[in-house]
Parts: sequence; structure tokens; C-alpha cells
Amino acid sequence: MFNILRNSLRAGVVTTSYPSTPPEVSSRARGRPEIDWANWQDARPAAASCPTGAIVHEDRDGRRTAHLDLAKCLFCGLCAEADPAIRMTNICECAAAIRTDLVTSVSYALKPDGTHERMDSAPAAPGSIAATPGQPASIEALAKVIQARAAKVLGRSLHIREVDAGSCNGCEVEIVGLGGPVYDLERFGIHFVASPRHADMLLVTGPVTRNMELALKKTYDAMPAPRLVVAVGACGCSGGLFGRNYATCGAVDAVLPVDVYIPGCPPNPFALLHGILLAVDRLPRRS
Amino acid sequence: MNVLPELQPAFADARKVFNGRLTAIEVPRPDEVYFHAPIELVAGFCAHLHRKWDARLVSVFADDARTDAGAFHLYYVYAIDSARGFFIQRASVSPDRPEFPSLTDAVHGVNWQEREIQDLFGLRLLGHPNARRCALHDDWPEVYPLRKDFALRTVLPAFQGVRHKFREVEGEGVFQVPVGPVHAGIIEPGHFLFSVAGEPVLYLQLRLFYTHKGTEKLFESLPIGHGVRLAESISGDSAFAHATAFCHAIERAAGLDAPPRGRALRTICLELERLYNHLSDIGAICTDVAFVTANMHALRLKERVLRVNEQLTGSRQLRGQACIGGVRCDFDAGQLDVLRQLIASLEPECDALMELILESSGTRDRLETTGWLRPEVAHDLGVVGLAGRASGFDHDLRRDFPHAFYDQVKFTVPVRTEGDVLARLMVRRDEIYQSFAIILQVLAQLPAGPVQTRIDTIPPDRTALGYVEGWRGEIFHWVRTAPGNRLARCKIKDPSLQNWPALSEAILGNIVPDFPVVNKSFNLSYSGTDR
Repeated sequence: MFNILRNSLRAGVVTTSYPSTPPEVSSRARGRPEIDWANWQDARPAAASCPTGAIVHEDRDGRRTAHLDLAKCLFCGLCAEADPAIRMTNICECAAAIRTDLVTSVSYALKPDGTHERMDSAPAAPGSIAATPGQPASIEALAKVIQARAAKVLGRSLHIREVDAGSCNGCEVEIVGLGGPVYDLERFGIHFVASPRHADMLLVTGPVTRNMELALKKTYDAMPAPRLVVAVGACGCSGGLFGRNYATCGAVDAVLPVDVYIPGCPPNPFALLHGILLAVDRLPRRS
Repeated sequence: MNVLPELQPAFADARKVFNGRLTAIEVPRPDEVYFHAPIELVAGFCAHLHRKWDARLVSVFADDARTDAGAFHLYYVYAIDSARGFFIQRASVSPDRPEFPSLTDAVHGVNWQEREIQDLFGLRLLGHPNARRCALHDDWPEVYPLRKDFALRTVLPAFQGVRHKFREVEGEGVFQVPVGPVHAGIIEPGHFLFSVAGEPVLYLQLRLFYTHKGTEKLFESLPIGHGVRLAESISGDSAFAHATAFCHAIERAAGLDAPPRGRALRTICLELERLYNHLSDIGAICTDVAFVTANMHALRLKERVLRVNEQLTGSRQLRGQACIGGVRCDFDAGQLDVLRQLIASLEPECDALMELILESSGTRDRLETTGWLRPEVAHDLGVVGLAGRASGFDHDLRRDFPHAFYDQVKFTVPVRTEGDVLARLMVRRDEIYQSFAIILQVLAQLPAGPVQTRIDTIPPDRTALGYVEGWRGEIFHWVRTAPGNRLARCKIKDPSLQNWPALSEAILGNIVPDFPVVNKSFNLSYSGTDR
């Protein structure tokens, strides 16, 4: 008994003050890739280097539209190795409530050799409802605002049921950490619960496999309304490397309505906290 | 190429005993010998190698070579630990008679592997005691995904609702407890059906492959470089070990090796992966017997390792660090200092944590004699990795088939014979200290130079076996290369696939409430099994 107390006292408080303070990630951590859109010479090497098609381009009539889709990104940094116009930042707070907010698209006029002549349009800043307050732009965004009201109902205390619908367990390694002393999800009044009947939020990892599709749907059906679904990781957000194949249905939103997408492979605990708090509209504003 | 001197006696013996019945012998590498033999020889070859050379059948798989060779090929990979080499029998199966004999009655460990071949290649199993579906669940249509004429992106009809029929267990007072695939904790999906009489478990049936996501098929559609990223997603907690086993196979196919510094850094990363997983498991075992304080300390320590991983490689789970020919990021002096400080600070913390656990009589009481895997059973099932070593089955590729930098460091392989949950916990503890020692030795003799050998072209039509001792046990990747830096086949063998039957044995006679801690003490990967 004394030993237990002595060890606890010796360890002290190790809990992060996130989200009041920025995520404590190493300067070397690979987070969101940043493309110097205006000075980007050629999208092709980066697109070829990308394992998941997070960077793709369409060429037509001497013009190219290039897309960066964070939902597919593994944060592996291979594009940054292939292309000096791309830099890996250590930004991990990438979650968004609207799937298309994770995609940046830019078009270019092309030179005859296929490199970029000039940028046609500046990229629209990707952002979520929380990050860009103002008038909702679309029906989809409006639906999200209504969802946010539901989130307010849940806001004070939230119960989460986690479902691995086919993940490699990398996401689980980090989700387990949320219950530990460093991230301590319970300080927000948020708990992981054993049954979907007790849950307000479904935290789903993995590309949804054919063998898990029914179990996932049944778990969702067992939850009382209002309920939230958060898709975790590149696989959950987009199908990741697996995409849709004979054994998988791809992204979680192919099976269930998704409220928040948390990119990453896997998202680190700060990214997970960010996404969960975004879903219940409890992110504080940091200067 | 010449056979490894240690392997010569077994090689000469196999040639003599099977003289006239082998159609060809290939030795692409000194420690990797292929015997081409007819399918009728499978059982005899297996029995002889096992009895005479104590060989272990570590992987059984098929390859659709109909376009190149007009047949399916079956491969039986034997590890001859004492001789540091692998014998691989290749047998052809004609498309006109798509069937093959089962070895499951003799070698229980190949049960699922054989059924997987039946599911994914449509080769019918002969003489298997329970030849039902396994990788593709009961509602799947008649498709054979790993045949070359099946397209990866085929869209299949949705779930039809045919239920899996479990074996019936009957008797007075016997009832069934179904659990999963969605579990109470944050773990992967699988279904467990307990048959119990009162509290003790009489029989446990496992149903897995819920996370089957077409990984092996996917490898055939990716450039090899992208395959490394896919290998990281076979089992996330062993991302680096799996990716390194994959790279090892490719390097062997290309006939090149990682440079010394690359191999040294691989060793460091493998041990860091072992450290964070062992710490995590020790904590989780304590949680499952309600000693949550210990888990909080363990999670705190695991977090330190993950953050150092991030400082070293940019990824908390060492993702993106593996690459063909070595590793991607070199560590500078500052990073190496961070690593040294980690080891220095973890050592006393681990002492304190283990003291906390072992002096808690309530915890010990729950762990001792619980989930007993008898050494004979571990031997019969060929249980690998730490679970095998906790039941006296002493195999470790780091020592027996030294890869990476393991031939340059001194370490012991902790072995226990008790076979209970506590033994598996203690093996983890002992391995943590060995990992500290290995990392410090690597740091003390860290070679200078590049961390990566550039390999631009991978020659086609080569087969190679890559292997790594991951924290859970031995990982094998077997590849057949294709033109244009692609793969015709990649077979993945995760230690979990080998070890699941051990869980069914270890739980017998235990009470259902002890299942979580017994399961956690093995901590097998569902994704690694299902792929």
C-alpha cells in the first residue's frame, strides 16, 4: 500500500494540459503535409510517390487539377522526399466535420512538358465548422450545425463505444493511450463504455471489412439517439491503403453516417482528442 | 550456390532419403533450399524432417502459378533451428485436380493455414478433420480471391445472413457464452464461444478473420516500394517488424543487404517496438485483474517510449521508418542521446513497476496457475514467440537465425516453464531488460556510414523468405517477384496465426471472468491473423 502511494507521488502529475495548450509533439513528428501550391512545379512525382492516392491529379486540355486529400494521407512523408515543394509539418490537429474539408484542390495551366505554367486559382483554405465560423455554405454544412446542437446535448459528459471494424490495430494502440494518465480522457467527463447501449459516440477504426459490416451496423443500431460517429485514421476516413476491395467496403462513411473524420496513420492521441472534442463542440479557442 | 555448412548434413540426408522422388533442388541462398517434389511426398517429407532434424513447419501456403508453370504451387516452409536454415518443399497441384492432402492431423498448427488455402485458392482439402471455411466467412459466395483471374476490386454481394454453425457441446448444466466480434474493451474483433458447466470453461471455439481485408492480394497490385507501407498495416503494433520482414525478403530476392548502420538502427527500432508493447501488455494484464494503478504507470512508461520513437523516426509507432535496403532516417548525436536517456530513466521505473506488481499478493494470486499452457501442448502446437518461451518452447529468430544486427550483440533469451499468465508476464519483464542491454550494446558499437543500400531494380521471378523476430514472435514474409518492381505473391505469416490454438488450450478449466487476462497474456494480433 505504502509502495503504491510512494510510486504515485514519485510519478507526480503527468497529464497534458492539452487542449488549453498546443499538442506536445516533437518537431520531427510527421503531421500534415504542406504543399507550396503557388510555386509547385509538377504534381506528378509526388502523386507517383504516394501509396494511397492522397495526392492525385487530372490533366485535361492543357490544364491540371491536383488534389491533396488528408483523409487518405498516411503522413509517411514520401511525397516530401520526392518533391521539394512539399514539406511535412508536425501539425496533427486535422480532424474535420465535413469530408470535403479534408481535400484541397488547385488547378494549373500546363507547359508542353507537363510541368506547371502557373496556378489558376488559390486553394480554398481547408477548415471545419469549428475553424471557420460563419454562415454554413451548404446543406451538408447545415446538417452539421444541427448535429452540433445534438452535440451540445451530449456535451458535458460523453460515453464512447469503440469499434474496430477492420483496422490493423495501430489506431487501437493510440486509443488505449487516451485512457492513460497522460491524455486522461476522463478529465473531460468522457468515458469508454463496454456496450453500445450506453454510448453516445461510436469511434470507428479500420476500413470496414465485409466480415465486420453487419456487426458494425448492429452496434450502431443498438445505440440510443442522439448519437455521433467518428471515423478514425486513414482507413476509417477513406479506406486508406485498402480502399474498397473484395474484402472491404472502404471508408466508415460507406456504411454509417460520419460526424467527424480524424486523419492520420494512426492519428496520435492529440489528434484523437481534437477530433472527439470537435465532435461535441468543446474545443477551446487558443490564441 | 552452396548450402550453408551447418545445413549440409540435413541437406545430404534429404537428398539421399528422397533420392529419385525429387524433381528439382534449388538453392537460391545458402540458408534457403527448395525441394521440388510431388504432392504425394508432402506427408513423408514433413515426418522425416521433423523426426530426424527436429524441423518446425512454420508456414504453409499456395501460389497461383498457372500462367507460368501451368499449376498451383504449394509451399511448406521448415525451419531447422539447429542448422540455421530453411528447407522449403514445393509441390505442384494440377488445375484439373485442384486438391491437396491435409497435414492437420499430424501438425495441428497448420489447421487454419490449410483451410485458408482452400478458401482463397479453391484447392480442396483431403483428409482435414474440420475442413470448413475460415478466412472467408460462411456467407461468402464461391470466389477464390488469391487466384490470378480474380480481380482485387471485385464487388461482392452484401452479407446474406448465413450463420456460422459452431460445434455443439451438450450435457447436463452445459451452456454457451458467445462473445464478440465487438468486445467490451478496446480490442480487435473476433468471436469466442465458450461452452461452460458452472464457471469453468469446458471448450472454447474461436472464430476469427473478421478483419480480413485482402492484404496479400493487395500486395500483388502495388509497386514494391508501396508494399513496405502496406506491410506496416498488417499488424499495427508490429508495424516495424512486419515492414522489416518484408524488406528482408525483398533484399534477399535482390541479393543485397542493408549496410551495417542500417542493420544496427533496425535492431534498435525492433527493440523499441518490443519495449512499448511489453510495457503496454504488462499494464493491461494488471488491469484485467483490477490492479489499475500498475497499468497507469505502465501506460506512462509506454508513452515515453512512443514519444522517443517520434523523436527518432517522426512516428510514434515507427511507421515510415522501414525501407528496402535499410532504414529511412538516420539518428544524429542528439537523437542518440535521447535514446540513451530513455533507457537510463526506464530501467529504475521498470524495477519499481515490477516490484509494485509482484508484491501485490492479490495480483499474483490471480496470475499464478491461470491460463496454464502446458509445455507439451506448447510443443505440440508449435507455439512461437514469448508465449512459447513462457512454456519452455525455446525459439527466438534473433538468436537462432540472427538478422539485422543481432549477431553483433550479446543477450539471453528468457525461458520459463510454468506456462501460466504470470510466466508470460515475467518473460516480458525479462525481455524488457534484455532489450535495454541490446540497445545499449548497439549504441556502443554503432557503425558509421549509410543507413540504406539503394536498390533500384528488383529482379523478377525470384522467390525469397524474409524473417524477423517481432515482439510477439517470428514473422515470415515470402515473396515471388514479378517484372517492373512488383510482386506476383506475398505470403505473410504472423506469429498470432500459429498461437491462437494455444489460447483455446490455456483457457480450459479456467473461469470465464479470467478469459480477458488469459487472452491479454498472449495478446495475439487479430489483424495479423486475418490480414
